[in-house]
Amino acid sequence: MSEQFEPVIVGFTCNWCSYRAADAAGTARVKYAPNIRLIRLMCSGRLDPSFVMKALAGGADGVLITGCHPGDCHYVEQNYKALRRFLLLRRTLMGFGMEPERIKLIWASAAEGVRLAHEIDSFVEEIRKLGPLNWPKWNGNGQIAEKQPIMEVTA
Amino acid sequence: MSDKPKFAMYWAASCGGCEIAVLNTHEKILDVDAIFDVVFWPVAVDTKYKDVEAMEDGSILLTLWNGGIRNDENEHIAHLLRRKSKILVAFGSCATEGCIPGLANLSPVDEIVSTAFNTLTTDNPQGIYPQTSYNAPEGVLTIPTLYPVLRTLAQVVDVDYFMPGCPPESHQIAAVIDLVVQVLQGKAELPPKGSYIGAGNSTVCDECKRTRNQKTITAFKRIQEVAPVDPTLCILEQGVPCNGPATRSGCNARCPAAGAQCIGCYGPAEGVIDYGARLITAFASVVDAREPAEIEAILDGIPDPVGQFYRFNLADSLLRANVGAWKKNGH
Repeated sequence: MSEQFEPVIVGFTCNWCSYRAADAAGTARVKYAPNIRLIRLMCSGRLDPSFVMKALAGGADGVLITGCHPGDCHYVEQNYKALRRFLLLRRTLMGFGMEPERIKLIWASAAEGVRLAHEIDSFVEEIRKLGPLNWPKWNGNGQIAEKQPIMEVTA
Repeated sequence: MSDKPKFAMYWAASCGGCEIAVLNTHEKILDVDAIFDVVFWPVAVDTKYKDVEAMEDGSILLTLWNGGIRNDENEHIAHLLRRKSKILVAFGSCATEGCIPGLANLSPVDEIVSTAFNTLTTDNPQGIYPQTSYNAPEGVLTIPTLYPVLRTLAQVVDVDYFMPGCPPESHQIAAVIDLVVQVLQGKAELPPKGSYIGAGNSTVCDECKRTRNQKTITAFKRIQEVAPVDPTLCILEQGVPCNGPATRSGCNARCPAAGAQCIGCYGPAEGVIDYGARLITAFASVVDAREPAEIEAILDGIPDPVGQFYRFNLADSLLRANVGAWKKNGH
């Protein structure tokens, strides 16, 4: 293998904290790994576990879920709900034979841009160590298709 | 040949319960016989595949298909009946979402075969396994080959309607037969293609008569550990993982009415993309804890999350099969 494995990570951020943390990191020119694709939700409590499954089934190697620190939720306590969902989802994904390290939950306030950038970097390295997930694609007739390269869509 | 419209029913990877559910419509079954010419129904009439192959394409008006696609024979007949049928209905949970046979998507094929032919409970001292092809003096004998994973009917061929349930409730089957009769008489129209028929559009909870309050659960229990089960209170509220919140209505909430939790045989409710994901959301919402260690202790009460969340729906879920089932197949 000549090429280094570059993990594809999908990251879910909360509008009120971790998205702003990522934004702050950008404004402050703090670099973090470009492997992560951030998706903004209004709250970590909006995270439907099917988003995570769809990401993993569709080619992601890991999923990072972020939210406000406990007690700081803009919607009072939805981040506790996100925590419980995350723990139950992780158990379920293990039942599918996935390594539990492929999904991670971290809390980051709007002021923690530098910390979030470090967390993203270390998560990318953890997934790089685990290697590709390669969840199969089932093509039209339902047979397992070859792994398709992830199409990069740029705006 | 009679002029009556033609009817077929087939079973693939299934248990036969769907056929029994059809017979449980009692005298309604006579309507089927009066209206239709039953041209192919392996469990009830003696016809051969070659009889079906000889029919004109599109000559069967209605085919009810139960069972998932587990082997090459299932797939061959699925394509054949799709070609010969005007209306193909995925009938029952196996055809619509994989059902119990779909749980084999958690194991590689060689393990499935070895469990069936060479475990402690099987007397097979010489380790004889079935071969898919055998050279007998009279010629080559073949049996169907298992596929790595089980697929739903719609993952293999185009399906017109879906009729969920394990098995579909007999009153729902009777209602569908009535509808077909009315359509044939020009008194009703067929629903849009791809519709779920013989089922509701809501959830089992919506049909359940039990009282629901603000749910908070401090421990998940198996139903035999709850003694006695409160006859009027929501079963999930009593700590028993009940799949009602994610499951399609249509059964009149029979299990909760009888004092047992819903296990989800009617499949995902309208609009649910992944059945298990919806249940994870539902169960996580009622857990009454905020500290990770506390939450984990409560979640220990669901020892087999995949079995709990995908008992009927694994083959039709977003992830479909576990790593063990597909990794050994050269992927």
